[in-house]
Amino acid sequence: MSDHHEVTSIARGARGRAPGNSDALLEILHAIQERFGYVPESAIALIAEELNLSRAEVHGVVTFYHDFRSEPAGRSVVKLCRAEACQAVGSETVAAEAEQKFGVRFGQTSADGAVTLETIYCLGNCALGPSALVDGELYGRVTADTLAELVSERAAASKTNGAG
Amino acid sequence: MATVYLPDDAAAIAVGADRVAKALTEEAQKRGLELDIVRTGTRGMLFLEPLVEVEKDGVRTGYGPVAPGDVAGLFDADFLSGGDHDLALGAVEELDWFKNQTRVTFARVGRIDPLNLQQYEAEGGLKGLRKALEIGGEAVVEAVTESGLRGRGGAGFPTGIKWKTVLGRTEAEKYVVCNADEGDSGTFADRILMEGDPSTLIEGMAIAAVTVGAEDGFIYIRSEYPHAIAKTKAAAKAWEAAGWLGEDVLGSGKRFRFHVRTGAGSYVCGEESAMLESLEGKRGEVRAKPPIPAIHGLFGKPTVVNNVLSFAAVPQILADGAKSYAGYGMERSRGTTAWQLAGNIKHGGLYEAPFGITLRELVQEIGGGTLSGRPVRAVQVGGPLGAYLPESMLDLPMDYEAFIAAGAMVGHGGVVVFDDSVDMARQARFAMEFCAAESCGKCTPCRVGAVRGVETVDKIIAGSDVSENVALLEDLCETMTDGSLCAMGGLTPMPVTSALRWFSEDFDVGGKTR
Repeated sequence: MSDHHEVTSIARGARGRAPGNSDALLEILHAIQERFGYVPESAIALIAEELNLSRAEVHGVVTFYHDFRSEPAGRSVVKLCRAEACQAVGSETVAAEAEQKFGVRFGQTSADGAVTLETIYCLGNCALGPSALVDGELYGRVTADTLAELVSERAAASKTNGAG
Repeated sequence: MATVYLPDDAAAIAVGADRVAKALTEEAQKRGLELDIVRTGTRGMLFLEPLVEVEKDGVRTGYGPVAPGDVAGLFDADFLSGGDHDLALGAVEELDWFKNQTRVTFARVGRIDPLNLQQYEAEGGLKGLRKALEIGGEAVVEAVTESGLRGRGGAGFPTGIKWKTVLGRTEAEKYVVCNADEGDSGTFADRILMEGDPSTLIEGMAIAAVTVGAEDGFIYIRSEYPHAIAKTKAAAKAWEAAGWLGEDVLGSGKRFRFHVRTGAGSYVCGEESAMLESLEGKRGEVRAKPPIPAIHGLFGKPTVVNNVLSFAAVPQILADGAKSYAGYGMERSRGTTAWQLAGNIKHGGLYEAPFGITLRELVQEIGGGTLSGRPVRAVQVGGPLGAYLPESMLDLPMDYEAFIAAGAMVGHGGVVVFDDSVDMARQARFAMEFCAAESCGKCTPCRVGAVRGVETVDKIIAGSDVSENVALLEDLCETMTDGSLCAMGGLTPMPVTSALRWFSEDFDVGGKTR
């Protein structure tokens, strides 16, 4: 499978560049998630081999960090900040309404695969909250309505691109 | 050609700065005008973003907050010549919010193009590094010690002493590590500096490296900060191309290689030993101390670990002299720092001022009170591990020791304001919930204590055996404070006990307790 070659070449590339050896692990996992959208189970053994680590060690790192997913996300990923500064301007209301609007709970992907809703703690936009990342783009002063609009705009845009 | 300045700081982008840039370009084209848009960092007046500035006779006039729909009107009002408009603010550096600051570390942020090294040097950059190369390690350590600079990440440990320890080590391999894992809610100063003037930070790290004899420096930036990561990487590249970094720093014969690393969404990795583990590619589990990182740090070698703002303060300390920096502040809190006004606040942003300014000045006078217009009820200072303070405590001066005496901490300078709709029992619950979500799991008081804490606060909220459960919660907090390996578990009780202390009525379900 060509994915295997790609995982190995990503691991080898990062390992070669970084000083030391296994300290490249986080960079490799970021690169793999960037490429595949998640860290496939099958990648763990390959990375372990490249870095001379056990599979348990790699698995331990993948599961420690919130960023790494073990399965693909929805077509849009909404990460709403639910830390104190955003709470102070109503992020919990936005959170409850967003769950209603998208028909999905935090930490889950909607049944149609359209949206993954996630909690994030602080985006460094604490004077202009509530803040959210929608597919990696930062937005301030969000409401559940703006989040829904952003997601549908993106869905419409990707449909157009897909057709063209 | 006309020039306008517009931030590409993440906070400005979050409220539409990129859309404003596009609208400016399109409108100028439509009118047959040539327009150069210089993207800068933010001035820190985040409530005015997107803030458009035009320069006339060396003075920058501001317009903000600008929405894309305002752009045509700005051209109609001839804003390029400083024309009057509803959004006109006048000379930006004369606005009270800006003028009354003491901008030392953030002097260039918002003024310069963050990646323009000529401009950096013209505005005083590199003076500190040149001085460091000229006077040598011992003298640099002396100057940093004399300046009174203390770790800006939150712990407040004297920076000079840390550097002296690493300088005194005889190992051939040493490291400099910058902690840019700014995870505290209500803080964004590191981010604003990295996006608005990354050179100052790189210069500070380079000074540390040539001082202690390290040849490699790592900056660990949280993944939630993609803009800061991109800017820092781009700036490092420019520094290398200019010969300011790399094999021969400014022709001194000294080597300093700069590496940017990305975190992966873990709050505890802001704890220095967890960060070192993470930099080594491992789970971000804290290390037991001693040994301290200055002796046994990254890859087991002596390592200077400092926060972004600590490193960034050093170039100016060397350029202006330690006495100048030490001249600001109060008691043992010397110099300036970046106070970050956040949460439910009308005029939120970054405000650099000496220690000693009061919380009331920051929240009420500068911040303008709450955004909602309701009364201020609680202010959390120092991030999720900091205390919740009531309105009656607002006269507290921003000073490490004064805060400790009040059962609080200054931390990284974040000030999060809540209005009177806040439920402090809920906030206490969140402190425990956050600790449960972010604990590295290495020590039991933190890993298990946080989960038990959530359960106990839930019982209090439900009105079940309230006074017994409050006593139990206080006991649990004591165990976590005394028994945790690091500040995560050790300080999670601070928001909880301060909420119990100052806002006991919120735990007093049906008057069953106290």
